[in-house]
Amino acid sequence: MNFKDNKAIYLQIADRIGDQILSGALIPDGKVPSVRELAAEIEVNANTVARTYDHLQQSGVIYTKRGLGYFVDPDAKEKIVTSRRNQLMQGEMDYFLGQLKAVGITPAELQQLYQDYLDK
Amino acid sequence: MFTISNLTFSYNKRYGDLFHDFSLELNAGNVYGLLGKNGAGKSTLIYLMTGLLTPASGEVLMDGENVRKRLPKTMSDLFLVPEEFDLPRLTLKKYVSINAPFYPRFSMEDMQRYLDIFEMGGDLHVKLHALSMGQRKKVFMAFAFATNTRVLIMDEPTNGLDIPSKSQFRKLVTTCMSDDKMMLISTHQVRDISDILDHVTIIDQSRVLLNTGMADVTSRLAFRPLREGDQPIFVLQSPYGPLGAVPAHDGEETKVDLEMLFNATLQNPEAINQLFTTQK
Repeated sequence: MNFKDNKAIYLQIADRIGDQILSGALIPDGKVPSVRELAAEIEVNANTVARTYDHLQQSGVIYTKRGLGYFVDPDAKEKIVTSRRNQLMQGEMDYFLGQLKAVGITPAELQQLYQDYLDK
Repeated sequence: MFTISNLTFSYNKRYGDLFHDFSLELNAGNVYGLLGKNGAGKSTLIYLMTGLLTPASGEVLMDGENVRKRLPKTMSDLFLVPEEFDLPRLTLKKYVSINAPFYPRFSMEDMQRYLDIFEMGGDLHVKLHALSMGQRKKVFMAFAFATNTRVLIMDEPTNGLDIPSKSQFRKLVTTCMSDDKMMLISTHQVRDISDILDHVTIIDQSRVLLNTGMADVTSRLAFRPLREGDQPIFVLQSPYGPLGAVPAHDGEETKVDLEMLFNATLQNPEAINQLFTTQK
């Protein structure tokens, strides 16, 4: 069981839409598939997808036009990056740092490792 | 949509009641997963809901009408896909021409589309008795969904389906579902259907052990590796270490593990009942 498998489905779907926005598959002010379309495509209950859209709307990643459906917010990319950064710092980073501590990696070693990684 | 009240039923009085004072409410707009051990009464409940069995006392109402009366308006808006069934020695075309008239909203176009989803091709001249069990099930389900009844009840629909068909089945359910419809899926194959459910209903010998929305489960119970200080309701050993069903705190939300939820509910019904009846 990894972190992703463990996430509530509606949040996994939100991540999927986030990925599509970051990759440019969904563009600013572009239309997002309807709840039913996406539900059928990914074989997930429509109410779960509706919950994803509520969540994305509340976090300002998508907006709704009455009768027309959902669209990507012009600032969606920045918002997703910020929220993922927060998530990383609160969740996975904590686990990761715990593992580093457990095997005795020093801050200096970590700095070197990260620098090497960036230089690759 | 369905009101089941105070049902009592037994197949044989000597062995006691299978259902005693059993009540349950089912609403439109939901896909229900009906879970229970072997012999818990899932199929019997389905036959009682569809007017095929008569309760000793109590009643099942669909839209306010007793299903046992089998009124045309009830039967034309209700479809049952049993776990096992025989199909007559007919072509699909003939079968449809005989049975479709009972369902006013039946759509041939829909059926073709659903057969396509199941990769069954569009050959209406196929002989039903020449099909394999899995193929028969797919053809029958394509017909069932195409009747466009508001109520669709399926007993172990994914039994006998091959691996790609299970995904196709989920696609069919999510494609066909709408706010005015109700679907009920009774199954042991929880992994096949977990993501398409709105609502989970776990029964055991007349008792409704759990009856709640999947979103409610997500907000009340977390399914994850155990941590120090956890007070799990259910623990499962895994290659990754112990996993558990733990009361969710501080907005923690995980993917619902139906299998663990089911085992937790059967092993520790009091704790589950307490967790799910406290006010949020």
